[in-house]
Amino acid sequence: MQVVTRPHARNMVRWAASRPDVLVLSADLTGSCEADDFQRAFPDRFFSMGMAEQNMMGVAGGLAREGFFPFVHTFAVFVCRRPFDQVAMSIAYPNLPVRLLGFLPGLTTPGGVTHQAIDDLALMRVLPNMTVLECGDATEVESVLDVAQSVDGPVYIRMLRGEVPRLFDPAEPMELGVHRTLSVGTDVAVVSSGICTEEAMRAVTLLRSRGVSATHLHVSIIKPFAAEPVVEAATRAKLGVVTLENHSVVGGLGSAVAEALAEAGAGARLVRLGVQDTYAHGASRAHLLREHGLDALALVGAVERLCGERLGVSADDLAAVELKTPGRGSDTEDL
Amino acid sequence: MPAAMSNPDDPGRPEWADRARRVAHSVRRGVLAHTLRNDGGYLSQACSSAEVLATLYTRVMRLGPSEGPAEPRHFPGAPGPGNPAAFTGAAYNGPRAPDLDRFVFSPVHYALVLYSVLIEVGRLGRDALDHFNRDGSTLELIGAEHSPGHEVTAGSLGQALSQACGIALARRLRREPGRVWVFMSDGELQEGQTWEAVSMASHYRLDSLGVLVDANGQQCDGAMRGVMTVEPIADRLRAFGAEAREVDGHDVAAIAGAAEAPHPDRPLVVVCRTDPCRGIDLLRERGGRKLHYVRFTSLEERERYEAALAAWSEDPCRS
Repeated sequence: MQVVTRPHARNMVRWAASRPDVLVLSADLTGSCEADDFQRAFPDRFFSMGMAEQNMMGVAGGLAREGFFPFVHTFAVFVCRRPFDQVAMSIAYPNLPVRLLGFLPGLTTPGGVTHQAIDDLALMRVLPNMTVLECGDATEVESVLDVAQSVDGPVYIRMLRGEVPRLFDPAEPMELGVHRTLSVGTDVAVVSSGICTEEAMRAVTLLRSRGVSATHLHVSIIKPFAAEPVVEAATRAKLGVVTLENHSVVGGLGSAVAEALAEAGAGARLVRLGVQDTYAHGASRAHLLREHGLDALALVGAVERLCGERLGVSADDLAAVELKTPGRGSDTEDL
Repeated sequence: MPAAMSNPDDPGRPEWADRARRVAHSVRRGVLAHTLRNDGGYLSQACSSAEVLATLYTRVMRLGPSEGPAEPRHFPGAPGPGNPAAFTGAAYNGPRAPDLDRFVFSPVHYALVLYSVLIEVGRLGRDALDHFNRDGSTLELIGAEHSPGHEVTAGSLGQALSQACGIALARRLRREPGRVWVFMSDGELQEGQTWEAVSMASHYRLDSLGVLVDANGQQCDGAMRGVMTVEPIADRLRAFGAEAREVDGHDVAAIAGAAEAPHPDRPLVVVCRTDPCRGIDLLRERGGRKLHYVRFTSLEERERYEAALAAWSEDPCRS
């Protein structure tokens, strides 16, 4: 599987080159949010706001009222927690085209509870006018700016940084209103998002070898949420639905799926995997994904609970699953 | 408070000051060693703040003996109704008592500096850093309230001072004479909340509150004057009603003097002007490169830091 280094840093420069109305604001996390290449390329369009997020959100609202497109770069916790009121009243209420890029989603950082955004999707979903997007791989990091810019209103982007795997064909960019169908099956429906999709792909591959077939949907458009494909997949799944997300099970993907199923009257069983209404702590990503049940092994465990039998899958089996880089010439059938 | 014994070698200099300087010197060495071991770390923060924290722990703060285990405990789970095992790291700052002081540590990415100070003053076991940044350990890279020496969760910077104001107000309501000391970084002065806290502390005349700011002029994006200036710090603090004193943040006697002189009816802020390369001159060669989190860019650079560690003098006067 291909791993892309700092895809956003490069893409932001490429994408903004022909868009003079695009500005970048940063709150003392410029390199940490891969905005440093933009800062060097377009110093006149980069504004250092210092460690002052509440003010930054108001400034972004003012710039947007004047016709600019501010792309606010900071960690997800610092978009959604401290300046929540400013995001709601200075950006979301007036429906301004501010693009909020939140880095370090969920448990991807060892920085501990203050740096782990386990609640950002819930907080942004609840705001009227806000569109909520989440990147799951390098292809989505490279196409999310187009999706965001097509929205006439505020957008929250849950962003990835650093070494980002490529799970999806670059010829298939992120698209509004669409979930990616990564496999089709009749036993379970798996709905995953963000970094958890790579984990889910490993689990779904192994489950198939154990005789369990899964429909696997990857969700990158968290809001507005396309309910129909999820309901369809759930209706097809004999055992039930499992959601897997790098976020609290309250208010994120699991909640969106639960709402969709309930409103459609689909009586499917639902297991929501994610952070189980608790806070985490600082540790390595692998340790935290295991501890909080956000990895491939946890997904296998959930399917075992649904089907009532052990499938004999170990963590080593899952780690050994090879995910191929998609694109021309590669075998996407084997995902 | 330690007795002001005179030093047989230099009768003008008290023994506590020698101890504070030795602690600071050892802290820099320990943080350098761990930065090499982890192939990166918050090294410049040790350089700037070692004397400030050493002075707090060896002289200024009235603390009882540590009640924390020498071998640090593992993460007990997040606080909550289902977890009576949750604890804070305040036990390392001694028992709570009306006449004893409290310590609130704000820039928790300095955690390794604080762990090192606790070790050097005998409040944490010599081998505790073996747990640093390990999965399941309380000695996290960025400290939280379960980490030794920490009492509040402050990694979302600019939140600790307000909590310290609440603690100081509560202690006044209980008529406790003990003080509340806060250690902060200058970058936190960019957060609006910091100024809301200073306003409140002044309005309520919280003169039991003493804040020491490590004014090293650096933040994540680089030099603060380029990112978002907060100068003139002392004048701004005075305009908000605080008693602001500026000192050389590497002069332990000056730090202690500023912290200990009375400031009736006003909260105290000691602006400690510090050097983020102090004691490790190699850092100066980074030129304009950022100092916030030091990563070695070549094997050659790393080897030079290793040589500096190997040549570390035991005597702070020769550093």
